[in-house]
Amino acid sequence: MKTKGKVWKFGDHINTDDIISARYLNTTDEKELASHCFESIRPEFSKNVKNGDIIVAGENFGCGSSREHAPISIKGCGISVVIAKSFARIFFRNSINIGLPLIELKEVDEIKENDILEVDFENGIIINLNSEKTYKFQKYPEFLQKIVLSGGLMELAKKYLKEKNNENY
Amino acid sequence: MTITQKILSKHCGRKEVYPNEYIECSVDLILANDITGPLAIEEFEKVGAKKVFNPGKIVLVPDHFTPCKDIKSAELVKKLREFAKKYKVRFYEIGKVGIEHVLLPEEGLILPGELIIGADSHTCTYGALGCFSTGVGSTDAAYAMITGKLWFKVPETIKFHYYGKMKEYVGGKDLILYTIGLIGVDGANYKSMEFSGEVIENLPIDDRFTMCNMVIEAGGKNGIIKPDEITDNYLKEIGIRIKIDEDLKTDEENDYEKIIEIDVSNIDPQVSAPHLPSNSKSVKEYIGIKIDQSVIGSCTNGRISDLRKAAKILKGKKIHPEVRCIIIPATQKVYMQALKEGLIEIFIESGCVISPPTCGPCLGGHMGVLGKGEIAIATTNRNFIGRMGHSESYVYLSNPEVAAASAIKGEITHPEEVI
Repeated sequence: MKTKGKVWKFGDHINTDDIISARYLNTTDEKELASHCFESIRPEFSKNVKNGDIIVAGENFGCGSSREHAPISIKGCGISVVIAKSFARIFFRNSINIGLPLIELKEVDEIKENDILEVDFENGIIINLNSEKTYKFQKYPEFLQKIVLSGGLMELAKKYLKEKNNENY
Repeated sequence: MTITQKILSKHCGRKEVYPNEYIECSVDLILANDITGPLAIEEFEKVGAKKVFNPGKIVLVPDHFTPCKDIKSAELVKKLREFAKKYKVRFYEIGKVGIEHVLLPEEGLILPGELIIGADSHTCTYGALGCFSTGVGSTDAAYAMITGKLWFKVPETIKFHYYGKMKEYVGGKDLILYTIGLIGVDGANYKSMEFSGEVIENLPIDDRFTMCNMVIEAGGKNGIIKPDEITDNYLKEIGIRIKIDEDLKTDEENDYEKIIEIDVSNIDPQVSAPHLPSNSKSVKEYIGIKIDQSVIGSCTNGRISDLRKAAKILKGKKIHPEVRCIIIPATQKVYMQALKEGLIEIFIESGCVISPPTCGPCLGGHMGVLGKGEIAIATTNRNFIGRMGHSESYVYLSNPEVAAASAIKGEITHPEEVI
């Protein structure tokens, strides 16, 4: 799987309140959540973001609350992948579980706002079409690949239910 | 192995587990609230599940936007209520509900050695009782409600060893704010934080809850304290008599990834400035900053001992005329106890308002949201941009005594200044 998109650059410690403010957590609707994504810190984001765009950030992206509304709102904006130096752990597992691709990359400082990146997930390669630099990234460990390739955690739950049904669940 | 590894290995049916490996564990309790629960229920229903794995092991606590602040939140709580009725899982109605991380231990639902997950980042609170407890997402909660299991990465453990004598007006909140300031907001990312040493061994259970509550603010996966006599006494007090497993302890110093020694003797009451919990310094560094609001409550500091500390400062004093002071007992039980001890009277006489138990203003939900340019001191856990309201409002985090003293003075102040 490959994706190509324009970069939206963010700093360190982007927290879940930055991604989606708690005042919008009274809904679970993906489109509505997407329309308020990054509203407090970048009000123009949700209006201008295009399908396939890429978020590039620093350390500890997604720190703070467990709200799955955060990765849902990012996914709802059409973001194809989030690349960061590191991710906070609950945001990381939420993204794996709902199928929002994440990449850990140490060299994010070399990537600039509006750069166009091409990401090759199978081979673990990112090409910056502006700087013409190529980066290699670590793919998910096998255990997490299984969840991602199944299409998220709930696909595994479906499989579990099917097996249970066969045993007269 | 560390305590955390021992609990995880027991719950995946193995003799030993190693840091950084992925495992699937059985869970003893699943928590979700009015924000995260509805998403979990949607996922549960989408895959066509017909029953939960064990109704006794699921708890739904509508505490964030309750008593419902608007129609949308009322619809969310309705979803929880209907699900609870249909699948016969535990649900706390208004009148019984309190802030989840104070309520669940109070209800005797948390025991040492257990594995608890909650779709709320502050689920790490329960580690104060010597269990493995961690915040997860809604999809995680849905998966676990169906299967009774969930995936985990075994964390490395950092041991925090506290020694020395604490100054007056210093408690668990100050120790954890100081620690987060020391290691940073990602200083323990993916890791287990084990609190130990003579200071912890003598630390009251409420302060232990406060410390474990905020490990997520350093990125920690779980906070944990070896269960001891204080744990046992707490459990007895709430009517639970069990024999705590003596093996719930870390075997060797080598089992830790690293050990951080902290001398508490020089720690002042701490204040964390906007917009990160790691911006913590002695209150003395922030003296004189004018405040519009003081919030005393939350899953971090809404327990009875927190209210006692605040009342001690506020007794016979008046809140500054330009400050709103909001007191939020975390549960009905805490509220009733405060009433019996005369604390509520002290608060009202000094000019505070008492809110029903709710997360409310901590996350900018309701019951004390900030307007543009306003500044609050709060005993809550996060001071991110816009956390308590307007994106141009400011939250300083502190312990209950500092929040109470500042409410009297109208500016951030050391409790000594008003006594």
